[in-house]
Amino acid sequence: MSAVLDSHGHDDHHGAPHGWQRWVYATNHKDIGTLYLLFAFTMLMIGGVLALLIRAELFQPGLQLVNPELFNQLTTMHGLIMVFGAIMPAFVGFANWMIPLQIGAADMAFARMNNFSFWLMIPAAVTLVSSFFMPGGAPAAGWTLYAPLTLQMGPSMDAGIFAMHILGASSIMGSINIVVTVLNMRAPGMTLMKMPMFVWTWLITAYLLIAVMPVLAGAITMTLTDRHFGTTFFNPAGGGDPIMYQHIFWFFGHPEVYIMILPAFGIISHIVPAFARKKLFGYASMVYATSSIAILSFIVWAHHMYATGMPVTGQLFFMYATMLISVPTGVKVFNWIATMWRGSMTFETPMLFAVGFIFVFTMGGFTGLILSMAPIDTQVQDTYYVVAHFHYVLVAGSLFAMFAGFYYWCPKWTGVMYNETRGQIHFWWTLVSFNVTFFPMHFLGLAGMPRRYADYPMQFADFNAIASVGAFFFGFAQVYFFLFVVVPAMRGHGEKAAAKPWEAAEGLEWEVPSPAPFHTFETPPKLDATATRVIG
Amino acid sequence: MKNNLLQKLTSGVLFIAAWASTAAWAVNDLPGGPAMWQMNLQPGATKIAQEQGWLHWFMLIICTVIFVAVFGVMFYSIWKHRKSVGHKSASFHESVKVEIAWTVIPFVIVILMALPATKVVVAQKDTSNADLTIKATGYQWKWGYDYLKGQGEGIAFISTLDNEHREMSNNGAKGVDIDNYLLKVDNPLVVPVNKKVRIITTANDVIHAFAVPSLGVKQDAIPGFVRDTWFRAETVGDYYGQCQELCGKEHAYMPIHVKVLSAADYTTWVAGEQKKMAAKLDDPSKVWTLADITKRGEKVYAANCSACHQPNGKGAGPIKPLDGSAVVLNADKNKQIKVLLNGQNNLAMPSWKQLSDTDIAAVISYTKNNWSNKTGQLVQPAEVKAAR
Repeated sequence: MSAVLDSHGHDDHHGAPHGWQRWVYATNHKDIGTLYLLFAFTMLMIGGVLALLIRAELFQPGLQLVNPELFNQLTTMHGLIMVFGAIMPAFVGFANWMIPLQIGAADMAFARMNNFSFWLMIPAAVTLVSSFFMPGGAPAAGWTLYAPLTLQMGPSMDAGIFAMHILGASSIMGSINIVVTVLNMRAPGMTLMKMPMFVWTWLITAYLLIAVMPVLAGAITMTLTDRHFGTTFFNPAGGGDPIMYQHIFWFFGHPEVYIMILPAFGIISHIVPAFARKKLFGYASMVYATSSIAILSFIVWAHHMYATGMPVTGQLFFMYATMLISVPTGVKVFNWIATMWRGSMTFETPMLFAVGFIFVFTMGGFTGLILSMAPIDTQVQDTYYVVAHFHYVLVAGSLFAMFAGFYYWCPKWTGVMYNETRGQIHFWWTLVSFNVTFFPMHFLGLAGMPRRYADYPMQFADFNAIASVGAFFFGFAQVYFFLFVVVPAMRGHGEKAAAKPWEAAEGLEWEVPSPAPFHTFETPPKLDATATRVIG
Repeated sequence: MKNNLLQKLTSGVLFIAAWASTAAWAVNDLPGGPAMWQMNLQPGATKIAQEQGWLHWFMLIICTVIFVAVFGVMFYSIWKHRKSVGHKSASFHESVKVEIAWTVIPFVIVILMALPATKVVVAQKDTSNADLTIKATGYQWKWGYDYLKGQGEGIAFISTLDNEHREMSNNGAKGVDIDNYLLKVDNPLVVPVNKKVRIITTANDVIHAFAVPSLGVKQDAIPGFVRDTWFRAETVGDYYGQCQELCGKEHAYMPIHVKVLSAADYTTWVAGEQKKMAAKLDDPSKVWTLADITKRGEKVYAANCSACHQPNGKGAGPIKPLDGSAVVLNADKNKQIKVLLNGQNNLAMPSWKQLSDTDIAAVISYTKNNWSNKTGQLVQPAEVKAAR
């Protein structure tokens, strides 16, 4: 290799942009990953404020703070912002940071598209959030945007639909980038079955995204033409079928919930072995289980729709298919526990969040199994039981896994160790307040309290008060996390991190210095037989 | 550090809980609705609701046993296999046998869970042979009930939340300590005990859901479509539910109150309702003026007759004209009354006896005095009544 080319192997080369240009023109996967994570955290805070307004209103029976119109806007926007603005972009941020590092690639395959897919989200997010200030307020038809209620909404509904379209386009571009990167840019020697689990789960997730985001786009475009161009896809007044919307939406929506949890499974599959000082148990079965979950996720959508009145055979099919998903999910939990079994465990913050994830996410899994039973669902569909269930899998699932991933990879990203004491405070504070908030919701739902209610019968008051108090503690825990853990780490305050700060962590990301230099693996590394170490 | 934080959190929560429960001290359990601090499903008043409750316990127990077993292993491992107690990590990392075992065993458990659930699904869905069929229509934001078939057929009314409760909600429900807050309606849905009641749901605007937990029913009410569900209440009493599909701003304010009466009480209620409805009807003995009755007749004609006989009364093809018709112009008013009540030409002209006496009288008077028909004849409702 010539000397000229060689000089490109260092980071201090051809004037990388500085200041604002570094971020606006960013094509470096690490910078884009950082942008995604900061964006997602901002949206988490906005969605969190909406959630706290909801909980404040529900602290007592009666309307105190908001009127029912605004209440419906709050629940709708909380859902949309958290799903499309916080959880999904945060995982894309993790993917951007970690996939090239974990597979020994120099960057993502399409660096400029990567930039575009991030910056598209800003106008989408601004459109979405600013819909609160449009005539008639923000969309108030629930995050599922069921027709024909969406046909009654004001102009903000159109803004919401456009925002969804843009976010969807961004997601599809991000996914294509990930698929191409993973399939083409792995270092020589890293076969598919030697790939790190996080890369595997994201590869499967990216396929799911490419498959279902266009379905969502179709459903909301049909809503848009129903609203403005005289079509009646979902409008019964013209022979349309409102239930068809639900079928299309949930054909997107159910794979979507796995899109939000599979990368979390990947993160946990790295952290548990690292802190148990033992290889991941059943790597191959983990890959197969993840794939089975992804495939099954396409044939269970109508379990969200038992109450619409399906024929008995339809209910039975979707009930059986849904219950089946618990099998591969169970395999994953068993594998994690088998990894811990007879290990040599320590409990730094990443491991605490990982164990917390397994424990609390599994509760959400069990309530999912209970919900999958159509007769029980007759009782609890559209009640707080469902709210409790999906917060157990999305907050204690996805969010906890991301916290675990942050603490695990923070030394690699920032070059400094986070403050361990503060990390542990954050964990216990989050775990306890999460359960105080959401556990009582199971009782509310079983007792029959419907979701999306601005006011409720007196008998539901006590558990609602407890949930509201828990929610505020939970919210403050995340502010604490940002101010006292994230910010100091980003500023470089803290103990300098070694290239591999965790004794038993495995993977190529630990083969580069901490913080990871601006450019890594510019020439494909030579790997050992396990594809976890660079040799020579 | 950790313990301190935990203690503070728990004491804070306990304090708030204590405060909240004293604030609502005057509220009691609501039979047929939610109870204070209720942690499980409402007691079932139908076989189906009881089956659902049984299934929930069944699932809860199995899931709890599995949960405790699996996490017992995990926490044992966390306790014993720590680095700080000097445990050295083993090196095993795969076992096909174990993987097969923990795939097959959960699969079998899932099948065992599905069996009892299947029975209940099939029972829930069997809406055949109902004793009483009632249509529940969701409106923004109230329920309409039409008794379609069975004892009480023809009864129809709208059921809305008590306006005072809505006001209380706006005022922050301060000092409110009533047991059926937001569940009180003006006209409850009344049904007989131990009879199979089939509820047909539909909606007028957006999707609503007819749900009464203690009766074990929840069925979306979908505009443009009909769906059905059923219940057979086993005990007399009041049962409460609420709309359970987001339907706009007053979603929280369209409750359902089902009043289950004994057979005798139900019969009395039906008789009372029918009397009330009859009172609302046109009085068939009223004597009309020609101008008033033809005005009414024009509307009846437009709604029922003009599709065939045409607005100009000329008919079309096999449809006979009314303009200049011998029957219409006949001085014997009974001829036309008979045609309307009984139909003619093998019911090519159908019978219209379902129309009220007043409507039939009105439309006849209208046809006798419209277009080129200028008979000046006036048919009074009493004449129609006499001809029936």
